[in-house]
Amino acid sequence: MRIVIGEGSCGIAAGAQKVYDALAPLLENTGARLGITGCIGMCFLEPIVDIYEKGLLLKRLVRVTPDDAAAIADAVKSDDLSPLDRLAITDEDKSFLDRQTRIALRHCGVIDPEDLNAYLDVDGYKALDKVLHTMSQDDVIAEIKTSGLAGRGGAGFPTWFKWNAAKNAAGDEKYLICNADEGDPGAFMDRAVIESDPHLLIEGMLIAAYAIGAKEAFVYVRAEYPLAIVRLQKAIADATAKGYLGDNILGTDFCCRLRIKAGAGAFVCGEETALIESLEGSRGMPRLKPPFPAEKGYENKPSNINNVETFANVSWIILNGGEAFAAMGTETSKGTKVFALTGKIKRGGLVEIPMGLTLRDVIFNIGGGIRENKRFKAVQLGGPSGGCIPEALLDTVIDYKALSATGAIMGSGGMVVMDETTCMVNMARFFLDFTTKESCGKCVHCRIGTKRMYEILTRITEGEGRPGDIELLEELCDAIRSGALCGLGQTAPNPVLTTIKYFRDEYEAHINEKRCPAGECAALRTYTINKDACRGCTLCAKKCPVGAITGAVKEPHAIDADKCIKCGQCKTVCRFGAVEVR
Amino acid sequence: MCDCAKSDLTLLDGILAEYASVRGSLITILQKAQDVYGYLPTDVLYRVAQATGNTPAKVMGVATFYTQFRLTPVGKHLIMLCKGTACHVNGADAVEKAICEELKIKDGETSEDGLFSLKTVACLGCCSLSPVMMIDEDTYGSLTPTKAVEIIRNIRKEAAV
Repeated sequence: MRIVIGEGSCGIAAGAQKVYDALAPLLENTGARLGITGCIGMCFLEPIVDIYEKGLLLKRLVRVTPDDAAAIADAVKSDDLSPLDRLAITDEDKSFLDRQTRIALRHCGVIDPEDLNAYLDVDGYKALDKVLHTMSQDDVIAEIKTSGLAGRGGAGFPTWFKWNAAKNAAGDEKYLICNADEGDPGAFMDRAVIESDPHLLIEGMLIAAYAIGAKEAFVYVRAEYPLAIVRLQKAIADATAKGYLGDNILGTDFCCRLRIKAGAGAFVCGEETALIESLEGSRGMPRLKPPFPAEKGYENKPSNINNVETFANVSWIILNGGEAFAAMGTETSKGTKVFALTGKIKRGGLVEIPMGLTLRDVIFNIGGGIRENKRFKAVQLGGPSGGCIPEALLDTVIDYKALSATGAIMGSGGMVVMDETTCMVNMARFFLDFTTKESCGKCVHCRIGTKRMYEILTRITEGEGRPGDIELLEELCDAIRSGALCGLGQTAPNPVLTTIKYFRDEYEAHINEKRCPAGECAALRTYTINKDACRGCTLCAKKCPVGAITGAVKEPHAIDADKCIKCGQCKTVCRFGAVEVR
Repeated sequence: MCDCAKSDLTLLDGILAEYASVRGSLITILQKAQDVYGYLPTDVLYRVAQATGNTPAKVMGVATFYTQFRLTPVGKHLIMLCKGTACHVNGADAVEKAICEELKIKDGETSEDGLFSLKTVACLGCCSLSPVMMIDEDTYGSLTPTKAVEIIRNIRKEAAV
């Protein structure tokens, strides 16, 4: 028997390593092997323990704690797993995975990411072997063209086109770069791929390096992903030792070195020219395009940049053919896309689905809908460059074109679900706070424009909004969009534009009625005590920092609205749910 | 030159010997220097500039551009509180408020006893467990204001033993 524990960053944060440490001594001399795997993708059930026999998954145990270790060890020793049924995954939760089509994530949560042999057992490096021994550079590019693979980092530019441009660029010295600077808050699929299947990334990159004629490759990883860096370092060392990386790969004259560069924390470095500046050791400020990186990239040499998920699809396409990939999806968007489903969702985690499903499919069928059965309000797609999509558009199909038409973007695949308690004006303010901090400062419109927008949104959420603020925001959006050099600035207005477009009434309620319909904006809240629910325990009056609550013992209390500073202490301490917020 | 030359600059020798002549290594050098000193003292920045052939202005420019670099010392434990989208939606603001009240500091500051520094970050990539914080290498998920304060108090208790 083989016992496997999901140890991606999320699993470890949920306590997977503690479960491992508790199980390890108990399984000694039982004949059962204890191992790890990467991210299984069902973050809402972590820590997860899988029990395999001869490669077959016998049981998947969820929300395991170290206290369960003894029961697991006993069951394994006695060969009777039935006592573990109380921990087993339910059929309903199982459907979260069953409804997915996994290509980029196909080995995630299945193989041991730290073992090269585990990767070889699932046809690892076979695509590279096929490419190096039977395909020309043009053959590879043609296959990728047939597949219709487009950049998964956000813009959705055809991958083959970039490869072809880099291949045809003049010069012998070319570079391949992997963008693993997953900066979009709310997206973590690239981290999951590197942590769970690092050789898949290496193989995809080697195929691309061969196609464009690069002998040197970089992975630019966020410094916030220490585990990903450690696992990738090990994978690079193992692959080099076995002849999959380095000189004369697989006995051919193809040579390629792969190095990791740790980023130092700057969202704008997800933009390819800024990333190149950062690789060169400078401030990550975008360059003017053209020239595109395919002509003048790293060290002014032809370079090609793709993101992790894009590379993760490459070996599958080579092995199964571009047509099989293109058979999935819609007219304009082929294959699958990974989404990081988070927020107020019942079942959050990584979801890989064929393009063409609807947002409703993902959020309600796979994700199980909204927590605590609250009402769905919006889904945020594409991070700070994306937008908020309302309930009326839930049947929008997932493809690059259809999502862009809503004002949001596909982006890197962050999907943050919001319920009725999320204020959309505050959401826009949140993103502008982010872009204000992350703007590199090069373009005036982006540097100052986002700051002015942030100030306007802040005053609206604080009840100081003025008539004309919405129009002023729209004007600023226009100016920033046309005045910024790079994608960060050009798309920074999207969160504001989409919330104004779909939730204008919320803006108007804040400005005209000084009211936050979601009840989130503290300055616009009013706290009252429900006389019928209040038992007169006096706790709230004691805790109130400004003495705004009065009332006799065992008599209903009341809040003086003029004194109240809306700190919420009374609501936090009330044991009878008597404090109401509007 | 800087008038605060008090860091032990010999600690940089190994790092500079390995990277100073490798093109494009400035960020790597600063990362390794920060690992050694805990932050980037001014005299260290000058030394890096001199060894790499960059102007002090360029080195300072890089050190202030990236959020990872710190120009002032941090406490014994660094709390990185995630303020990403998922954490925001699930109540990171309330958690931040509770931590600030507990430690009597604001974002970017260090508690009086030197034990904790607080830094809010854009996204730690553990969105399914939001709200999330990292203290040093450990990640804590599904936080509530009470839970966050409890975690901090436990670390403080351990430090007192």
